[in-house]
Amino acid sequence: MTRIALSRVFKRYPGGHEALADITLNIEAGELVFITGHSGAGKSTLLKLIAAIERPTAGSVIVNGQNVGSLRPGGIPFLRRNFGLVFQDHKLLFDRNAFENVMLPLDIAGYDRREGARRARAALDKVGLLHKEKAPPITLSGGEQQRLCIARAIVHRPAILLADEPTGNLDAEYAAGIGMLFRDFNQVGVTVVLATHDAQLAERLQPRRIEIRNGRLAS
Amino acid sequence: MKSWLFAHLRAFSGACGRLAASPLANLLNIAVIGAALALPLGLYVLLANLQGLARDHTPQPQISIFMNLDATTDAVRNIDQRLRQQAGVAGFRFVPRAQALSQLQARAGMGDVMAGLRDNPLPDAFIVKPKDHRVAALESLRAEFARWTGVAEVQVDSDWARRLEQLLALGRSGVLMLGAALALALIAITFNTIRLQILTQRDEIEVIRLIGATDAYVRRPFLYFGGLAGAAGGIAAWLMIGLALLLLDGQLRPLAESYGIPLQLSHLSPADSAWALLFASGLGWCGAWLSVRRHLRLE
Repeated sequence: MTRIALSRVFKRYPGGHEALADITLNIEAGELVFITGHSGAGKSTLLKLIAAIERPTAGSVIVNGQNVGSLRPGGIPFLRRNFGLVFQDHKLLFDRNAFENVMLPLDIAGYDRREGARRARAALDKVGLLHKEKAPPITLSGGEQQRLCIARAIVHRPAILLADEPTGNLDAEYAAGIGMLFRDFNQVGVTVVLATHDAQLAERLQPRRIEIRNGRLAS
Repeated sequence: MKSWLFAHLRAFSGACGRLAASPLANLLNIAVIGAALALPLGLYVLLANLQGLARDHTPQPQISIFMNLDATTDAVRNIDQRLRQQAGVAGFRFVPRAQALSQLQARAGMGDVMAGLRDNPLPDAFIVKPKDHRVAALESLRAEFARWTGVAEVQVDSDWARRLEQLLALGRSGVLMLGAALALALIAITFNTIRLQILTQRDEIEVIRLIGATDAYVRRPFLYFGGLAGAAGGIAAWLMIGLALLLLDGQLRPLAESYGIPLQLSHLSPADSAWALLFASGLGWCGAWLSVRRHLRLE
């Protein structure tokens, strides 16, 4: 089953900069995919198009059979709930503790509070942060913040995990641990798409690689 | 349904938390909203009091029919007969000219003046109580009486009551206009407060949108905040008016009593208070809605 299908996708920004050109690719359910390429090649733009954070200038992006480009604005939040998003800068909320951060997607989706708390603790446990559930994110190290971000991304059991440079600012050892987390999720059936230029990580996980060069697929 | 209720409950408690989080700034805000509401509401309360006073102390309108000085007893009896048959007359009494004179003489200081008169200058008169107190009815009665033979003049003494009524109506339109202007001010205040909140929470809003929050979810706590701030402002206004009435009552009562009017200033009725509170929170909600609509689109 095809989870994500891009067909002849172009993305041009106002001012004429062409971030992506003529991208056609399919990602099947349960795949582990690395999108690699130099800085500014268009890796992040590709992820943003898949998560409906941006819209393609031309071509179609289809996720779970839904055309993202023709989705009405009211439908976008519900499409996003299919994803777990992991950001390089974590995007944690600093006015609440680790547990509350992980609860956020469940609150948004309207989960029963007790069932939600159980899942949030399971997600924190999975990333090894259960003992820090009360900690404000600001007191966590960079690696711990990234783990917290991952816990928040997987707590609602999304079908697709999208991660943009998840190991960007971490040392090799910590990066390896995070890589193993992604592999674990992939092994239980989650489609994982990572944008990264971490060669070591690719070496270890043996994913399918898609390389982008100057906004085009390098085949 | 349960999760919907729960989401609203969470948004409501979130808004309460936000109110409590920066108490000084919010108290000042609420005081401003309260002052803006207290002006038209306070005027309304004063008018309502005045109106009550006017209703309680306005004498029934009377129509006085003055006969010609040379009117015969027959003519007077004739008028008496016609008044008994006239529809629209609730009752009447006859004041003979002699009685009118003696009443006048009895008044302090008038005795000497009257003593100097050779003839009684006063006519026979009828004092008529009409059934219908409206101006049109009084006027038609007056016209009817004026046509009767032997009648010199007909006076309707409801003029001052009518003027007071007109003044009160003027006051009511003043309250409405002031209320409308300050309602706009209240909307503007909440609009701006919510704008600042959205600016300080820009990052948080971006994140929760990225992880699947609908616009309604993002909007809800702000709307509750606006409604709560409006309601709190309404309560502040109510208290301010209460305090003002307490102070005024102490000063006005001796003055009113010196005119022989028992005065008791009363606050908004419970129903009016509830409406004012609902209205204030509605305005706050409305300001928040406009602000959220304007500022969440921009991102």
